Amino acid sequence: MLIAAILAVFIVMVIAIVRGFMGPTLYDRILAVNMFGTKTVLLISLLGFMMGRPEFLDIAIVYALINFISVVGVLRYSDSSVFKHHNKQK
Amino acid sequence: MDIFLAAGSSLFLLIGSFLCLSGGLGLLRFPDFYTRMHAVGVTETLATAMILIGLMLQSPDALVLLKLMVILIMTLFISPTASHALAHAALQNNLVPKLNKQNDNEEVTPSNP
Amino acid sequence: MVTAIAIVRLKDLFAVIMLSGIYSLLSASFFVTMDAVDVAFTEAAVGAGISTLLLLVAITMTGRAEHPDRHKPILALAVVTVTGGLLIYGTFDMPYFGSGQAPVHLHVAPRYINDSMTEVGVPNIVTSVLASYRGFDTFGEVVVIFTAGIGVLALLSVVPRPVTIAKINSLNDSLHEQHLILRIVSKMLLPFIMLFAFYVQFHGDYGPGGGFQAGVIFAVAIILYAMLFGMITARRVINQSFIQLIAAVGVLLYGSIGVVALLNGKNFLDYSVLSDDPIAGQHLGILLIELGVGLTVASVMIIIFFSFAGRRDYLRHLNDNSKGSNNTSC
Repeated sequence: MLIAAILAVFIVMVIAIVRGFMGPTLYDRILAVNMFGTKTVLLISLLGFMMGRPEFLDIAIVYALINFISVVGVLRYSDSSVFKHHNKQK
Repeated sequence: MDIFLAAGSSLFLLIGSFLCLSGGLGLLRFPDFYTRMHAVGVTETLATAMILIGLMLQSPDALVLLKLMVILIMTLFISPTASHALAHAALQNNLVPKLNKQNDNEEVTPSNP
Repeated sequence: MVTAIAIVRLKDLFAVIMLSGIYSLLSASFFVTMDAVDVAFTEAAVGAGISTLLLLVAITMTGRAEHPDRHKPILALAVVTVTGGLLIYGTFDMPYFGSGQAPVHLHVAPRYINDSMTEVGVPNIVTSVLASYRGFDTFGEVVVIFTAGIGVLALLSVVPRPVTIAKINSLNDSLHEQHLILRIVSKMLLPFIMLFAFYVQFHGDYGPGGGFQAGVIFAVAIILYAMLFGMITARRVINQSFIQLIAAVGVLLYGSIGVVALLNGKNFLDYSVLSDDPIAGQHLGILLIELGVGLTVASVMIIIFFSFAGRRDYLRHLNDNSKGSNNTSC
């Protein structure tokens, strides 16, 4: 069952990468990165359990934090004038 | 007792995987940003919680359980917040939702700041 | 691999940043599957976290699109191809991946793996290699980071303009309305992030982690605060000169431990002299230099972020002023 879950998470990660490439708007890409990050957390914890090395969970915690912070950073700086100008052109 | 734990863990992992996949499908197939966000934001939290609970049932000792709890609690806080912030920022930067043509006249005006 | 190619192809710099974030997450999962926990830890904290943030701040200053009329990069392409070819040629001489006959596995690695428990007494071998056997290299890395901080300071430092309390309050209110939910959730999370940074710092002997990672996590917590509560508030919490002092103190702590070992008649950075019992001495030494590394890394990262963001505010201020004067002249 662990392997099935790992496969599912892996497929979703591939989908997120595809969306990140295609992403017509900026926010689609941010969404893809965010989803990719959460799925990485899951993948690392699952892998840690499969290999029987639970200290991987430390890395998973770091990922969850870093993911949140980078999304906040992107959003905080995406409301600057550079981006608004670009959006109007579109 | 052990067999109940194993069965429960499998069940939770299965539900989590299904939710993950459906969220991914939504991310790939839905027509515009807000619907994609809806698909991801709704499934993501529950899928993460399910998979983590499934792992918790398998955890060998208390420290691992504690760490999984920490991850779970942080995900429950972080994921909805990030979704909210993302939608908020998108709406503020004039990204108009793609709506049904018939409802166009009624709904575009209020949602477009 | 595909991600890297896409990064080169894309013109929109913002998308490039997002994809590089994905790329570092990918490579970190790769490290995890290869069982290199500490490397994955560093990649997660540094690659996915802080470099994405710094690139973002830089991009808001330079603008989003790449210049379309670039010169033809044939020379650069030739150099890169030749170098890559030479490197690949060099790998032919190396033993196969995972081969037991490799020179590393014959001499150095068994010594580290078998003897580090008796010589250093730290369960995590990576930490003992990094901080004790290769202490000199790590010292070099810390100095490099410190130099980078000094360079950024020299290039980008701005004298903060005096601001009135009323302006701070109005800025605070506008930010408060914009990011109400984000602010509250971050306020709840910040203490835990810092606690986790300390856990990583002092748990480095037993699990994955250590000074570099802990420093980066701590710096990220401060950067989160600065992003949501405004630069001015963050500067009032953490003084610029104080943080510069901390950066210097970290390097000094590391170096002075080496000098103490020298003065006691041993080699530079040989920690056995710090205590009567050599193993306890090693423990103490590793703990202290990890502390030095953590201090330096955290404060240099904060310095770099503050100077970038301060520069950005400064440029925006200049822009506003010029717009204002234009309007009045019209």
